[in-house]
Order: sequence, then C-alpha cells, then structure tokens
Amino acid sequence: MTDSSDSQGPAQSPAQSLAGSPILQVRGLAKTYAGGFQALKPTDLEIRAGEIFALLGPNGAGKTTLIGLICGLIRPTAGTVSVGGFDHVRAYRQARALIGLAPQELATDAFESVWATVRFSRALFGKPRDDAYLRRLLEDLALWDKKDSPIMALSGGMKRRVMIAKALAHEPRLLFLDEPSAGVDVELRREMWGLVRRLRDAGVTIVLTTHYIEEAEDLADRVGVIAKGALILADDKEALMRRMGRREISLHLTTPLAALPHGLGDLPLERVDDGARLVYAFDARGEAASVSVLIRRLSAEGIEVRDLETRESSLEDIFVGLVGGPR
Amino acid sequence: MNPLGALAIYRFEMSRWFRTLTQSLLAPVISTTLYFVVFGSAIGSRMSAVDGVAYAAFIVPGLTMLSILTESVGNASFGIHMPKWSGTLYELLSAPVSWWEAVFGYVGAAATKSVLLGAVILLTARLFVAYPLAHPAIMLGFMVLTAVTFSLFGFVIGVWAEGWERLQIVPSLILTPLTFLGGSFYSIAMLPHPWREVSLFNPVVYLISAYRWSFFDRADVSVPVSLLATCGFMALSLVAIWRIFATGYKLKP
Repeated sequence: MTDSSDSQGPAQSPAQSLAGSPILQVRGLAKTYAGGFQALKPTDLEIRAGEIFALLGPNGAGKTTLIGLICGLIRPTAGTVSVGGFDHVRAYRQARALIGLAPQELATDAFESVWATVRFSRALFGKPRDDAYLRRLLEDLALWDKKDSPIMALSGGMKRRVMIAKALAHEPRLLFLDEPSAGVDVELRREMWGLVRRLRDAGVTIVLTTHYIEEAEDLADRVGVIAKGALILADDKEALMRRMGRREISLHLTTPLAALPHGLGDLPLERVDDGARLVYAFDARGEAASVSVLIRRLSAEGIEVRDLETRESSLEDIFVGLVGGPR
Repeated sequence: MNPLGALAIYRFEMSRWFRTLTQSLLAPVISTTLYFVVFGSAIGSRMSAVDGVAYAAFIVPGLTMLSILTESVGNASFGIHMPKWSGTLYELLSAPVSWWEAVFGYVGAAATKSVLLGAVILLTARLFVAYPLAHPAIMLGFMVLTAVTFSLFGFVIGVWAEGWERLQIVPSLILTPLTFLGGSFYSIAMLPHPWREVSLFNPVVYLISAYRWSFFDRADVSVPVSLLATCGFMALSLVAIWRIFATGYKLKP
C-alpha cells in the first residue's frame, strides 16, 4: 500500500533477467525518526540478480530498518530505491510485484488455513490464481499436508515456513528474509539454508539478515555488514575473507629454536611457545609463498618441522574486528 | 490498478465474517427481537401513535440505523486494527495496492456486512410489525450510504486506536449516546423545549429522520439537508483516510 499518487511513473528500464546485473539499487537511503534517532545513515547498496546477500549486524544495527525502507513499511527520510529498474515510489506497483518479504516477527492470521493465506497473498499482489504453483510451493516447503490446518495449530518452524510461502506466493524475483533462522533449532536451520539455496537455484535473488555469522558464511555469495545504522561494507564473501581474513601456518619444530635465524628475517615468522613453534601469518590469501618453499627455506636453515597446521580466520573474526563483537 | 488485490482484501474480510456468521448475525437479530419485545410489544402497546405511525413500526428505522451505525464502525475499525495489532499489516504495506484499493477492500466489506445485517433486522422486524415502506429504493440508498460513510469513519478509528480499549472509546462514548439521543426511539418533536434545539446539533438525528422518511414519508428535519450532512461526513472521513495514507499516520513509521 502506498501514499504516492497512482501514476506508474517513468520506469527507467524494464526488469531484466541478466544474472549479475543489479536487481536492487539503493541510493542514499536514510531514516531519521521524528525524535531525532538516526536508524539508518545514508546508504548505497546494490544487489545483483541471482545472488544470496547476507546482511550481518548486531541487534538494533539497522538491518530491519533497511529492509522496511526498501519494502515500503517505513517512510524514508531521504534516498531512492529501484527494483528491477522500477522506482519504488513512482512505479511502486511494478517494483513491489518483484519483491517478496518474510519479516522477522511471526505475524500470521491465526484462524486462516495455510491454503487460504497463501492464496490471499498471491491475489493481494495482483497475480491470477494458480493452484498448481501454490501446491508446488507448499510441497517444497513441506507444508502441503498442513494446507487445511489453521495457522495457529502449526509449530513455530512451520509458521516461519508459512511466512516464506506467503512471501513467495506471487513469484517474486527478489526475496527478503529477515532473520529466517531466529528462534529456529539447529536442524531446522540447516533445512532453511537448503531451502534458500534451492530458491537461489530457481532464480530468486535473496537478501537475508542474520546475526548468526555462521549463516552468512555458509550461505552468502556476498556479505554486507551493518552497525549503528551504517552499512560499513558490502563485498563478495570470498573477497572479504581474502581482504580482511588472516591465515596462519603454525609450524611445530622438532627442536625448539632459541632465536629466529637472520636468513629468515624477510618472512613474517613469529617465535611462540619458547621457540617450540613458529607461526607464519599473512593477510591475503594466495599471496603467500607456497608451503613447500617455506619448508625448504626452513630446512636450509637447519630447522626441522615435526608438524604443521593451518588456520584461517572466520567471518566471525572479521566481523568482531569490524563491529567489536557480534552483540 | 490491482483489482485482484482489492478483491482479495474484500474476500478476506468477508470470509472472517462468514466464519463467525452465527455470532455476527444471530447476536443482532436477538437484540433486535429484544428491542421489539420490550419497546414494541410491552411498552409500545401502551404508547400512542407517533405522527400517525404505530409505535412498534415507528422504531423500526431507528433500530435498523442504530445497528448499521454500530456495526459499520465496529467492523471497519476491527478490520484494519486487527492487522495493525497482529503485525500482518506488513503484507498490505508491502503489496502493490493503492490506498483506495485497500479502502475498497476494508470499507467495502464492512459496509456490505452492515447492509446485510440491516436487511436481516428489517426482515426480523417484519415478523413483529407490518411497517409501511414508502420509498424502498431511497431506503436502500440511505442504508448503503450510511453503511459506507460510517465504515469509512470506522476505518479512521481503527487506524487511530492504539489498543483494543481505545477502539471502543469512540463507539461507546460518542456513537451510542448520539444514536440513542438521535431519535431512534422517539421523534425529536416529542422533546421539551431546549432539548429539541440541542438535538439538531446531533448529526445522527438527520440520519434517522431521513431514513424514517423513506418508510413513513414523514420527517423531523429536511431530507436533502440530511443527505447533504451524510455526504459531508463521508467526504470528511475520506479526506481523513487519504491523509492517513499520505502521511503514513500510525501505519508507517
């Protein structure tokens, strides 16, 4: 529902199905509440068609605000949003038809049946009735045998899936999942991730928010980090890990080393455990000398390596470094 | 345009009503019957005719109007307050639905229910008293107009109210007194001096008077004035709703 005039507006370009092209463009989007609280600082963001984008951030960081602003639940103070080339105010009908939203709160019409509620959602978005599609959707979400149950009779995990079914009922191209695994047990979370991947494979672009870093690390193609109302970064997960991640090779020595030989002074080596171990740390992935070269140079100095282990810093380490703790 | 969306809201609201049809319909039928037993048969038999109309028949339009007003405001305010309260409003706000399509769905359904209810009450009343119907088409027109107008008003209240208690404030503190004092059970000509003039400030007097005219061809106040007042109130409610959506008042932070 909107407050704007009903004009369809000059859409910049029709929705394109080119993978990798932006399906969502956010420019200078900001929200300051009447009381002066700045929930979202001016934010730019591009979501590419076909990707899974994870928006990471502590509670209250502004994840839900950003989604609410894009989906029309919150009135922006400034900025523009374009979905599939359609401005979300001037061409709100086309823009919104492309978006599906599954909010964090489990808000459902308790007395409605699952079937009635997904049919309602589809019609609300102006799509003609298609029982075959809705059936496939409910089957895919393991809700088909519950289709005649009133929603209030379902478990929390099922309700969460009903919310997702409602969001997908009108065949959106861009799906927002706000904390899809909040309050969901581990097994169900894995199931949810499988579902998200299947949706992506079916061509749906997915933006999900989470404060489980594991979730972003496991699922996302790209990661955005939001803290205190500001989008600190948005980057490919791999690139992010490469850029900000740290890799360590820990070398256990046969005989402890009293001091690091001068011949190895050019390498980022550190003596730990009273010389029982050498730690070789580097920031960028793939830019380090190969392990065999490292071993060879150590042997050349007469240092014998008993064992070796490597460790990569996780997204969590990066995240903690960025926002100072996941909570 | 999204006619499917508007229709979906309308259907959703109607199905909620049909699911509880017994309560929705039986309760007003019972209360109307009670009114007829008390006012029509028990007291009415001791009362003289009002403006040449038997008292039992005289109260039919007023009673119907009373139900239409209450039900319109109640249904429409509940219809929009419920998704606000439960959180399901997110779906409406994110859907490609314009404000007037949403209003069509919510207000249209609320008005439909009131008109159906009004018809049921008129039929029930028929079992007790054979009232005349001088202008049936105008009677129906007034019924629809009033139902739509007060459903729009109810929609505004439903958005404004921040809790279920507040939802009851306007109907119980303003609407019910106005309706009872608006001549549901009497002609304002029966009132003593200052109260008759005071009554003319009560908008419901105009509604009931004009509605009664469509039955008995007799009115306390001018029918065109009544029609104008109702249309004016409808326009006011519409403007309020338009502003609500334009500013996001209590819907969108």
